[in-house]
Amino acid sequence: MILVLGAVLLWLFGWWLNSRLASGPQANSRLVRFLAPLIFGLTIIGIWELFVRGLNVPLVILPAPSVIAVRFAGSLPILWVDFVQTIIKGALSGYIIGCFSAFLMAIAVDRWDFLRLGLLPVGNFVAALPIVGTAPILVMWFGFDWHSKAAVVVVMVFFPMLVNTVAGLREATVMQRDLMETYAATYWQSFLKLRLPAAMPFVFNGLKISTTLALIGAIVAEFFGSPTLGMGFRISTSVGQLSLDMVWAEIVVAALAGTAFYGLVAMIEKAVTFWHPSQRG
Amino acid sequence: MRSEGIRAIWAVLTVVGVILLFWYAASVPMNIKGVLTEFERAGQQVDPPKAVDRRDMSEFELVIDNPYAIDETWEQDRPRLPAPHQVAEELWETTVEKKITSKRSLIYHSWVTLSATMLGFAIGTGLGILLAVGIVHSRVMDLSVMPWAIVSQTIPIIALAPMIIVVLYSIGIQGIIPKAVISAYLSFFPVVVGMVKGLRSPDAMQLDLLRTYSASSSQGFWKLRLPASMPYLFTSLKIGIAASLVGAIVGELPTGAVAGLGARLLAGSYYGQTVQIWSALFAAAILAACLVGLLGMVERSVLKRMGMAQ
Repeated sequence: MILVLGAVLLWLFGWWLNSRLASGPQANSRLVRFLAPLIFGLTIIGIWELFVRGLNVPLVILPAPSVIAVRFAGSLPILWVDFVQTIIKGALSGYIIGCFSAFLMAIAVDRWDFLRLGLLPVGNFVAALPIVGTAPILVMWFGFDWHSKAAVVVVMVFFPMLVNTVAGLREATVMQRDLMETYAATYWQSFLKLRLPAAMPFVFNGLKISTTLALIGAIVAEFFGSPTLGMGFRISTSVGQLSLDMVWAEIVVAALAGTAFYGLVAMIEKAVTFWHPSQRG
Repeated sequence: MRSEGIRAIWAVLTVVGVILLFWYAASVPMNIKGVLTEFERAGQQVDPPKAVDRRDMSEFELVIDNPYAIDETWEQDRPRLPAPHQVAEELWETTVEKKITSKRSLIYHSWVTLSATMLGFAIGTGLGILLAVGIVHSRVMDLSVMPWAIVSQTIPIIALAPMIIVVLYSIGIQGIIPKAVISAYLSFFPVVVGMVKGLRSPDAMQLDLLRTYSASSSQGFWKLRLPASMPYLFTSLKIGIAASLVGAIVGELPTGAVAGLGARLLAGSYYGQTVQIWSALFAAAILAACLVGLLGMVERSVLKRMGMAQ
């Protein structure tokens, strides 16, 4: 009971600290912008720990963060193997193939107006569908190993990437295109020097959306069958064995991988589209 | 304008036609080995006659050697890739010709999934809007919660789904609630992020105008911020409902649920019933399209009434 009381006090303390920070003179500084979410996150973890210990919540319902951390540290080799299988082999290879082929397709769609009129509505339609449902079919075709996961990822990232890139390639204004025309630029010259750079913010938007989709596809596809490794496999079997600390450890890996993947693409975006107003600020 | 519209329809039909043609063409090499094995069992002459020899041959070679088998590749019971008309037939049989109470009716399964989706979507959207209002009005919440809501968009939180199902099951909750919980949290974060953007969309000039009217902050909310946020709300609702549906389908996988589109997918993949998988997939696609389309219609009529339609 004391621990539960401690949790309530910790909540009040964390809230008070953040209120002070938010209404203080430094409220807009980078330090506060970094500290406030950190304090909030740590408070949540602290409360979680205290509640689980205070109320004796059984492990099969919610393991305490400390238990998860111990499990995480103790099974690094397994987590690494799963990470390589699901993220590097499945998600990353599918991401590269899917985004690259969507990019090429987008150039073709942009070149021929008929394709744009026909394919774009279809692409928009497909982008909203529950594509993870193709996982059982693709597992059947490409086998249990990472190839089928990569295939699911390709299908998942293709259409969002296509729609975004096509929108981006139409971004250059008529005035700018006319200018290129007066320079007697060929199609490819005007493409490489004007329209492709102008499309970059949209391309990166598609790439960023696709990072999350890639991880979702790779993990969910493993629920439909996989070799005896991989994050989705580990999650579903550990749930079956009720070792929830392992499940949470995998989820921590997924969260770290997802954030890092997104962060990496965002960093590349910053370097490539340094000229865009959204990056200048 | 009108001819442009007709041209667009032609273009879409052409693309769909090409996809269908490609689909039929692809089913021939995909299914040829299975068909030839069936023919061999039935005592017919196939070339080459032994399955062992056929195993390492390319599918295209087999098609060229056995052109009479092409028809059969579109009519198999358990093809690797069912032809479009097989999927269409299965869809028709399991929706129109079965009673909707039947366990084999796709309408019944769709309803099971849809009800969980809608419940979760309603909860997720409601909480999402509430949190967004809180974030816009409280500097503390903005600083401490908002970064986490944004980070959550980069994390495959759907990985939590199997655990939620099992944990809720172990404390005695099952049926629609666990799936709705998954749907709710998947639609929650997109709505929070979109709605915060929307509630912040009025510019300084408009906010200043309300200040000169000495409007209270709640008046500012109801008369300016909330109406201004509507386009953003609908955009995130469309993302949210698609995510909810995926959540409900994935939520049906781990426990081996007996009803729902996810259960149909899983059962199909266990028993190699490919036609069943494809028809469940199309049912899910149609459901998603209807839900997004419905929201689009609501969006258009609401924005039109508010004078915000373009």
